[in-house]
Amino acid sequence: MSETPKISADDVAHLASLARIDIPADRLGYYAEQLEVILGAVAKVSEVAGDDVPATSHPQPLTNVFREDIVQPSLTAQQALSGAPSVEDERFRVPRILDEEQ
Amino acid sequence: MSTTIKPELMDYDEVIERFDPVMGLEVHVELNTNSKMFCGCATGFGAPANTQVCPVCLGLPGALPVVNKKAIEGAIRIGLALNCEIAQWCRFARKNYFYPDMPKNFQTSQYDEPIAFNGYLDVPIETDEGIQIFRVDIERAHMEEDTGKTSHQGGATGRIHGADYSIVDYNRAGIPLIEVVTKPITGAGKYAPAVARAYVNMLRDLLRALGVSDVRMDQGSLRCDANVSLRPSADAPLGTRTETKNVNSLRSIEKAIRFEMQRQAVVLAAGGTITQETRHWHEDTNLTTSGRSKSDAEDYRYFPEPDLVPIAPARQWVEELRATLPEPPTVRRARLQEAWGVNDTEMDSIINAGALDLVVATIAAGADDASARKWWLGELSRTANDQGVELSDLAISPADIVAVETLIAAGTINDKLAREVIAGVLAGEGSPDQVVAARGLGIVSDDSSLLAAIEEAIAAAPDIAEKIRSGKVQAAGAIVGAVMKSTRGQADAAKVRSLLFAHLGVDESA
Amino acid sequence: MADLIHKTAAELAAVVASGEASAVEVAQAHLNRIGAVDGAVHAFLHVDTDGALAAAAAVDAKRAAGDKLGPLAGVPLGLKDVMCMKDIPTTCGSKILEGWRPPYDATVTARLKAAGIVILGKTNMDEFAMGSSTEHSAYGPTHNPWDLERIPGGSGGGSSACLAAFEAPLSIGTDTGGSIRQPAAVTATVGVKPTYGAVSRYGLIALASSLDQAGPCARTVLDAAMLHQVIAGYDPHDSTSLTDPVADMVSAAGTRDLTGMKIGVVKELGGEGYQSGVRQRFTEALEILSGLGAEIIEVSCPHFDYALAAYYLILPSECSSNLAKFDGMRYGVRAGDDGESSVEQVMARTRAAGFGEEVTRRIILGTYALSAGYYDAYYGSAQKIRTLIQRDFDDAFARVDVLVSPTAPTTAFKLGEKLDDPLAMYLNDIATIPANLAGTPGMSLPIGLAPEDNLPVGIQIMAPARKDERMYAVGGALEAALLARWGAPILTQARAL
Repeated sequence: MSETPKISADDVAHLASLARIDIPADRLGYYAEQLEVILGAVAKVSEVAGDDVPATSHPQPLTNVFREDIVQPSLTAQQALSGAPSVEDERFRVPRILDEEQ
Repeated sequence: MSTTIKPELMDYDEVIERFDPVMGLEVHVELNTNSKMFCGCATGFGAPANTQVCPVCLGLPGALPVVNKKAIEGAIRIGLALNCEIAQWCRFARKNYFYPDMPKNFQTSQYDEPIAFNGYLDVPIETDEGIQIFRVDIERAHMEEDTGKTSHQGGATGRIHGADYSIVDYNRAGIPLIEVVTKPITGAGKYAPAVARAYVNMLRDLLRALGVSDVRMDQGSLRCDANVSLRPSADAPLGTRTETKNVNSLRSIEKAIRFEMQRQAVVLAAGGTITQETRHWHEDTNLTTSGRSKSDAEDYRYFPEPDLVPIAPARQWVEELRATLPEPPTVRRARLQEAWGVNDTEMDSIINAGALDLVVATIAAGADDASARKWWLGELSRTANDQGVELSDLAISPADIVAVETLIAAGTINDKLAREVIAGVLAGEGSPDQVVAARGLGIVSDDSSLLAAIEEAIAAAPDIAEKIRSGKVQAAGAIVGAVMKSTRGQADAAKVRSLLFAHLGVDESA
Repeated sequence: MADLIHKTAAELAAVVASGEASAVEVAQAHLNRIGAVDGAVHAFLHVDTDGALAAAAAVDAKRAAGDKLGPLAGVPLGLKDVMCMKDIPTTCGSKILEGWRPPYDATVTARLKAAGIVILGKTNMDEFAMGSSTEHSAYGPTHNPWDLERIPGGSGGGSSACLAAFEAPLSIGTDTGGSIRQPAAVTATVGVKPTYGAVSRYGLIALASSLDQAGPCARTVLDAAMLHQVIAGYDPHDSTSLTDPVADMVSAAGTRDLTGMKIGVVKELGGEGYQSGVRQRFTEALEILSGLGAEIIEVSCPHFDYALAAYYLILPSECSSNLAKFDGMRYGVRAGDDGESSVEQVMARTRAAGFGEEVTRRIILGTYALSAGYYDAYYGSAQKIRTLIQRDFDDAFARVDVLVSPTAPTTAFKLGEKLDDPLAMYLNDIATIPANLAGTPGMSLPIGLAPEDNLPVGIQIMAPARKDERMYAVGGALEAALLARWGAPILTQARAL
């Protein structure tokens, strides 16, 4: 991928939908432009490393970090709900859901 | 979203004639660990809402996960029991999507590096040619966390459609889940629904034997999603599949798959295409309905979970866990069948009656296998059926059976009396010994009492005594019968007979 | 006692321990200072007057009871608002968390409290730690005490400015791409990013999980070392936490002789694109280090040229996922819930109302980089660059003990100067980013003022992973030598506020 990818307003709209952020229609082009510029600057990452170079997902070589299956104190419901914008019946009240569960 | 209109279904035999079904089964197992997958919150069922949550499982800003070692053990043991390879090195991954029951709006799961993969489960199913073993190939078993529970308010049905809002309880968020995914199940043909049911049944037994989960489909600790597709023939490419959720029992699995096969067949036969979608099974109306279409498929943007470090189970640890596995059910069945010298049909009856574990326990408690089988498959199965309960629900234990057998062996009671004793135990009157004493069921062993009864019987039928003396020993039966009757069966018939002959001065063996 | 606010943390600790001044006096002096100057500086988003005085009083009570005090007991501190502090507003510089009070303390916060350190309040930052100037704070920028029309660096501008303004002798910052080091450089203070995993991230609101690290900020290397000692160490709540025992940073900071020390100058950092005054002071610092006995060697880390690109793919990707939890359902603000709209709509409105432009930009970029079809080219490739950068560091550290470079390419620029050009803003991190990608530690300390603008310049010292004490050794020696040369701490040259 050596040429700068083109990002359209529609692309931004799709990404915004995936990311659940309402971007007004008149701002989509603005973000699209900036994304293009940034991607142009960072696209060179795909040229550098060969297939033989492994990816690093964790800076330190730790493995097998576990904890014992022992119960620890939880928050109280009051603490858990303390920041909630809307509460009903000791539960978090949320607006109506359209999507079925995954 | 109407659920009342039943779609057209093709006759099942015709479906099989014209199409080859392929299935994929995804089973989610809730592990019965004390604490959650990534935090120390308790996992017990039924706690008041949002009292078993902490910054980690509530997804509060700044919180970090730490893996529950017992959950890893459970995952590895399940993988081993399913004949899987255990990964040398694997990671967790984030599955990113937004949903109110997921506090972080991503699920910590595993993507392309499951902890267990490439396994199989051999499932016996009943076919026209008798019992055949069907091998279900397992793609993978991986670890993930459960979501919170949403309760939809304001609608008529309590389901999402038509609800005004929802309320969420995060007590279940973070409970450890193992997802077991099969490879495409091909070649089952008309037995596809039965294979699916038998697979889940067997998987459930396996998990129960491992002790890793309550595996209650009715409580959600075992959940099954069924994928079904049809193709014109076994060498055609795979068709478009649908995924059916909300199959909460073994029966539902079988019925839902059968239904989907019949429904899809009609669509395909008419030249239509199957929409790739998630469907919902309705137990009350026996049909699936369409959920949201998956054509706008979510892009989960998987990437390795940076807050958790890789899992690299040492091979020695894996072998130690392998040693904790119980005997696989098929191996156990074969071993016991051989030890008891019974045929397939009888073994099937034992298993279908739910008697296998009880028989084994009774033998372990001291009975011989034939007696154990006799009681559990005979008298007790009859009683259980009459009462409409499971064998294991009866108020009698393997130890009780052994006690009954001991009483028989000691001559205190006989088979007929034993049934009365068992009835007494089932009625809650106490242990077999207590029932014998309370009801006075002991066999009369005192010779003089027996002789008195014998003399009484002879006196009542003098001509029979004469017949016996003259050599017709078969006639003794009537006297013995009379004595048994007068003693209410509490006599040892053989002993009565001996005493009778001795009394009459006749040689028994004549 | 006069002039408490100009003392170092070590000096204040001694003052409190000896009884020369009470911890309450010390706290009050700093609270007064905040009251006097923070209107202009705006280093603090929240000042916890009651809590600070109570904590100070507790230290005094402990001392009165004859109990042993920790080495920093009674010393005031500013806590970057990205760190959870129980029941105290924690906003991450964002509107989306306005008013939120965490029900728990971050591990770092808990350790500060346990040490008897007096937390004065929460310091300002670029929203969700994304930025190099603190101009992206939703609550207004912080001003550099050296020149109030200039940026104090970012994302931890509040943490560096409060030190330079003498509002506190200690602060905690967090560093994902330079957010501790670069502000330190432009304010003439000391800032340390420890080895990744050395300091617990539990309660540190995540930006990029594989890059974030909390660290000590102070006006002297010794103070930073003392604070490092308090906050570092294994935490079972953090799976990425190192189990290594914490080395003696305080002793290391007492080093004065660098004979035998090999210091590598990274060829790729500090050349073209770096302000001339920055390069000049850096060269002078190298001469001083040489005079202390160190051997100066040029090394090449060729993949550092790709560090910025890799960073601006990895960070947005991880943050797009980390910030997904801010949806208005469980805490923080909720916008657009009219009782009719769907949860999907309310989430999208909340996030649009709550997130600023830079955050939105990076989330969109990250969502793109992780998308199906783009993963290998972007995120996947960037993670490979990390491997190459780690190898560059390994090769370099096989030849030298520490690496040095200028911390930032320029001195403090003016507020508003780089706001319209995101890429130009990103370039501020060019020297600091490699250490975050590799997980290695880095320190910035002041080496003078650039002649052309009389604004602070910092040197960056980098050590191998888990060898943080080497930074303190080199930094301590260099600082002492500079102090001897200047005759007084450099901050005395800052304008009076």
